[in-house]
Amino acid sequence: MASRGIRDRVAIIGMGCTKFGELWDKGIDDLLTDAAVEASASAGLPIHDIDAFWMGTMTSSVSGITLSRPLKLDYKPVTRVENFCATGSEAFRNACYAVASGAYDTAMAIGVEKLKDTGYSGLTGIRAVGDGTDPGLSSPAAFSFLAPSYAHKYGVDKDQMKEVMSRIAFKNHQNGARNPRAQFQKEISMETISKAPLVAGELGVFDCSGVSDGSAAAIICRVEDAHRYCANPLYVKALSFVAGPAAGPIDPGYDYTTFPEVVRSAEDAYQQAGITDPRTQLAMAEVHDCFTPTELVLMEDMGFAARGTAWKEVLAGTFDRDGELPVNPDGGLKSFGHPIGASGLRMLFECWLQLRGEAPADRQIATVAQGRTLGLTHNLGGAPGECVSFVGVVGSELGD
Amino acid sequence: MSANLAESPGEGVSGRATNVEGKPGQGPLEGRAAVSAGIVTWGTYLPYWRLQRAAIAQVLGAGPAKGARAVASYDEDTTTLGVEAGRRAMALSAAGPQAPHAPQDLFFSTPAPGYLDKTSATTLHAALGLDRDCGAYDFCGSSRSAVGTLLMALQAAPVRRSLSVIADLRTGLAGGAEEREAGDGAVAFLCGANGAVAELVGRGASSDEFLDRWRVPGEMDSHVWEERFGEEMYVPLAREAFADALKDAGVTESDVDHAIVAGLHARAVKPVSAGLGVPAGVMAPDLTGAVGNLGAAQAGLALADALERAQPGQIIVVLSLADGADALVLRTTDALPAALAARQAVGVPTVAAQAASGRADLSYAAFLAWRGQLHREPPRRPDPERPGAPIVHRSEGWKYAFAASRCLVCGFRHMPPSRVCLECHSIDQMQPERLADVRGTVATFTVDHLAYSLSPPVVGVIVDFDGGGRYRCEMTDVSAAELAIGSRIEMTFRRIYTAQGVHNYFWKARPLQSAAGPETETEPGPEPGPAPAVDAVGAVGAGKAGKRGGADDGK
Repeated sequence: MASRGIRDRVAIIGMGCTKFGELWDKGIDDLLTDAAVEASASAGLPIHDIDAFWMGTMTSSVSGITLSRPLKLDYKPVTRVENFCATGSEAFRNACYAVASGAYDTAMAIGVEKLKDTGYSGLTGIRAVGDGTDPGLSSPAAFSFLAPSYAHKYGVDKDQMKEVMSRIAFKNHQNGARNPRAQFQKEISMETISKAPLVAGELGVFDCSGVSDGSAAAIICRVEDAHRYCANPLYVKALSFVAGPAAGPIDPGYDYTTFPEVVRSAEDAYQQAGITDPRTQLAMAEVHDCFTPTELVLMEDMGFAARGTAWKEVLAGTFDRDGELPVNPDGGLKSFGHPIGASGLRMLFECWLQLRGEAPADRQIATVAQGRTLGLTHNLGGAPGECVSFVGVVGSELGD
Repeated sequence: MSANLAESPGEGVSGRATNVEGKPGQGPLEGRAAVSAGIVTWGTYLPYWRLQRAAIAQVLGAGPAKGARAVASYDEDTTTLGVEAGRRAMALSAAGPQAPHAPQDLFFSTPAPGYLDKTSATTLHAALGLDRDCGAYDFCGSSRSAVGTLLMALQAAPVRRSLSVIADLRTGLAGGAEEREAGDGAVAFLCGANGAVAELVGRGASSDEFLDRWRVPGEMDSHVWEERFGEEMYVPLAREAFADALKDAGVTESDVDHAIVAGLHARAVKPVSAGLGVPAGVMAPDLTGAVGNLGAAQAGLALADALERAQPGQIIVVLSLADGADALVLRTTDALPAALAARQAVGVPTVAAQAASGRADLSYAAFLAWRGQLHREPPRRPDPERPGAPIVHRSEGWKYAFAASRCLVCGFRHMPPSRVCLECHSIDQMQPERLADVRGTVATFTVDHLAYSLSPPVVGVIVDFDGGGRYRCEMTDVSAAELAIGSRIEMTFRRIYTAQGVHNYFWKARPLQSAAGPETETEPGPEPGPAPAVDAVGAVGAGKAGKRGGADDGK
């Protein structure tokens, strides 16, 4: 048994990402087309020359025809992927394996979600016939269990905890305000964030990620072919994916201050990429900040901060855009928005811009100029104690 | 009095319930010593909420403003009320269907059934975890059918154990007497031949056809004819039934220790009560001021209350006025004191304790909304889907009986039941375990303003059960302000929602009710797991520190 990874065998040669938001005038076909066209142009590789496709969406559609029909693909393999909110990363991971195996020369991973056609402001969930015993809590409620448990365990008082949560939202809005593709491009004051109406537990409206439409895509090829398409490709260093046994809701030993799935996938990814100290080795991290307490706990689960200290690091600005380790410099799920199937690829898109020095000047992180070459994306789906987790690492240099 | 009675056997209910030895002509008061048959145990359930009549008067500006009525919550119906009463009746044998008192038949009677065509008694049967070979029958419609089910169970007692459950949920139109004077609740009596605490020693019935109270199917409110007419009808019917019952039992008015007159026609109940000719002080306390008139369940509630106050060898007469009159004469046995002590020991609440407790601050607006009389804007969420019949049936043990599975190899308890063990990965080494009567501790909780509910917000809790097992569920009969990590809970059977005409029943947590008696460990599991993981300040997960799931501080 082993998780060996495919370090430096696959390269990203082009990417695309639509604006995220309430895109009333764009359907799923438009979103997929826009992202695919941009990625194709970026790689200089026509869509119809790409060998295979992995298309991720959680609820917006089913089957590979969702992509092949709008793009009029000529009898190419299209795999539809779904893995909760980690769907986009999962599409990317599987496309990478296909190319690394030698089965295809080039592949596209594309994710999409159209959430704003449902008529409801939040996620409406996946409708399946059940036995009626699921408690039916909303996503904010499921994640809100983290805040009091963390505060309780580490002696953070209620007001401090609220400040920490607000600080995370504040930072991600600051970053999103510098991102023309983000759903929310406005800085929001700490006061406005902390006084927002409660949605679930201690989570206010501004502690929740944006519900939005959008699509993002990546085109990949074998590392040895990368420079035929792209002068400065990104190299895939690690791809780790874990599905937990959903122990949290049934195991009295689970304390709602960690995602064991994230711990496992991060350890695996670091091992694949040869990372020993993520906080100093990574140039940046895009993490799954679906709700503010999630980002807090992730800082510890991924080893960016010691247990029980992330809340202090958040307040100290460690993870700000100009901090020691910038986290979610593009605004994250919070501010960029969370069209589920697209989010994992959107995270990768920020690495694509930042590590290659193409981010807008007012958002470009300093760590890249300092010589750091690695970016991490973390994407989870589910709820605390019962989730799937993806951690990937990409880098701008071979062998690093 | 009992000695006096023993010397004066009358005709008795010859050939009926108490003639347990089958000797024709023998009076009811002999022959009972060997094997008594009758009520073995009982349970009552008054919902948590009380609507003050003043709250109605305050809004509508009129009407009597004294006292309160018991109100079933938005997630209760007659089926769930019946389950709660049934659970309390079966509390002494909560270990499950193998317990000694498992009924062989279940009778459920209510004028407000959750379904027509579909039997509700089967829902009770499943939720009570009764044996598959136990019959389950509904007797729905009028209040009189409720008395009928109790009589049927009592009369079958020598040969068959029957659980008779009676529930009522009475609403009426805003501002009406029905809304003000009625109450919601349920009672359950297990009748059989072994260990009876009260025997049926005589009965009388009188029937007549007249229009007093009626309701066309689908209507929420009852119609009543001019009250003076009903009163004129009921008074003689009640007197006849009462006299016949006393004669049948071979007792006189002066032998009666507890007299109960029940009926929805208050104007008739009053003169009947006054004219019984029983000794002063034997009339049962009137509970309608505190909880309202429970309709079909009113007689049973008063009977349960009488049993809870009675001494061995006493005579209890129940006189029920409902489209005629029925009189039951019961005689308590020497088994009563031990039964009362046992009930107290496991925390079965008395009628008096329930009537004196409850949550008094229900707003009239909430009451109207719960009963569908105030059309509030629904949550802006998709309507829930009806549960699928096959999947519900596959999970019957979990959904209705709240049966978890415990790993026979390592003892880990799984909720819902699982074939593969989370802890040791053993496969198909599981034993079902009913946890409906096991208490738990709140590990953490949240208030969900988004989730669909008929009465938002939803309070979601993570519960760690005594003896192992964790489950995430909804909490009811609670406001979040009174909840804390470490709060103690018990489970309650509720109607989660109704979708496309299908009621979705399942279990919720509710605060452990202090009226429910002392905290006692009820641990049916073969291999008790670790104690609930709550340290002095209530941190969760401490019980298995260092094991799966908890963040590793040393990292």
